[in-house]
Amino acid sequence: MSVLQKLAQSRWFSPLALLAVWEAGSRLGLIPERTLAAPSAVAETLLGMLTSGELPSNLAVSFGRVLSGLAIGVTLGIVLALVAGLSRKGEAAIDPLMQIKRTIPTLALTPLFIVWFGIGETPKIALIAFASMFPVYLNLYSGIRGVDLRLLEGARSFGLTRAEQVWHVILPGSLPSLLVGLRYSLSISILVLVVAEQINASAGLGYLINNARDFMRTDIIVVCLMVYAVLGLAADWIVRTIENRALVWRPSLVKA
Amino acid sequence: MDARLNFLEAPIVPPAGDEPPVVRLRHFTRRFGDNTILSDLNLDIAPGEFVALLGRSGSGKTTLLRTLAGLDSAEDQDVTVPNSRAVVFQDARLLPWKKVWRNVALGLRGGDIKDRALSALDEVGLAHRVDAWPLTLSGGEAQRVALARALVREPKLLLLDEPFAALDALTRIKMHRLVLDLWRAHRPAVLMVTHDVDEAVALADRILVLDAGRICAQDRIAIPRGERGELARPYREKFLRILEGSAPSDAVIPFPAGGHQ
Repeated sequence: MSVLQKLAQSRWFSPLALLAVWEAGSRLGLIPERTLAAPSAVAETLLGMLTSGELPSNLAVSFGRVLSGLAIGVTLGIVLALVAGLSRKGEAAIDPLMQIKRTIPTLALTPLFIVWFGIGETPKIALIAFASMFPVYLNLYSGIRGVDLRLLEGARSFGLTRAEQVWHVILPGSLPSLLVGLRYSLSISILVLVVAEQINASAGLGYLINNARDFMRTDIIVVCLMVYAVLGLAADWIVRTIENRALVWRPSLVKA
Repeated sequence: MDARLNFLEAPIVPPAGDEPPVVRLRHFTRRFGDNTILSDLNLDIAPGEFVALLGRSGSGKTTLLRTLAGLDSAEDQDVTVPNSRAVVFQDARLLPWKKVWRNVALGLRGGDIKDRALSALDEVGLAHRVDAWPLTLSGGEAQRVALARALVREPKLLLLDEPFAALDALTRIKMHRLVLDLWRAHRPAVLMVTHDVDEAVALADRILVLDAGRICAQDRIAIPRGERGELARPYREKFLRILEGSAPSDAVIPFPAGGHQ
């Protein structure tokens, strides 16, 4: 089999071909720079932004927003799910409110959050927190409710106290659901970050994109899009790493 | 009034017991709504006695076991069960996220928990699997872990809820031997729920038959274990007939006609 044939069957082939066509199109003037910068120009810009420190510093700002928002949202989601999942009273108090909240698209709250919190960091973090709370809540809550009752009964027959049942049976049993929720929360937080950063930001990836739009710097816009994609991948990788460590007992992950 | 009815009215007291029974039920009744599962049940189990409870599906076997296990509350009823009791369920009910020895150690109080768990696992022949994840165990291994988990508590009452029903025939026979060895070593009173007459005849001192929420027959098996092969056949056939509901009342040998070994 020739090298070309091998290449044609590889999964890298079509993306590389697309890049080549894109580059050629730009070089031949078929794709004007103000529509879309050439891949080589994008790479050059990326390098320049990295060495000048422009990209790392703005990325750090965006990262900080996601982390603060997630920390608040995920914590709240976990606490509310525990209260609703572990007690009937808690369920009656919390679950209806969470279901009402679910029907409101978080991004539609942006104007209200700006009125409440101004245009600084607070509304951005609040939006991310608000959006990332629900997936964690919903999955953990249903995970707690879905814990195998037979296991719980077994634990009860050995005289475990209620607290021990929660610690040894309910929490580990609902951990897989929590991690699914966490994965959703991470991707939603990045989605909301994109929108939140359009609110009069003076730093961050959204600020870079807004600026670049004003100057029609499509190369910078593409660089920022790439960074968003990398953020998404990294978030997924983090959760998968946690899963591999926390769920080693699962048959698919157990090495016999 | 025939012998069987006489027997039903009398409280059931094992003859060998100088010691007070570990389990004592008097006129025990259990209803779910209009559905009476157990009615007016009397039962004594002596310390160290191995009792098998036979019955068809829906006869109330599991309800009785759950009551003795403390899983269903028995408020306002005359029920005595020891505080130290342990259950082995049909499905081993091991926590999949805890390694085998941690499952055995679950809920143990006091010191050297790990040593106790390890020696219990050694006793059931699983010393080599202490660090395994439960989902990698075979059915027989899982059930042995469940036995170790029950026995590590040194229970006065061991409750077995069809523990071998899901195992293949060969594994089941090995498990029977293991259960008898463990029972001889630790001497808990055992109540084993089963629908397998052969199993009951092979293992138990005394066999109870539960039907429609009442103990409709019982007998002691006087033949020593190990010599029960052919000699136990009359018991086997008798209990099969009782379960089928075709036994004439005089065919039921009322307790305490059988001797006690």
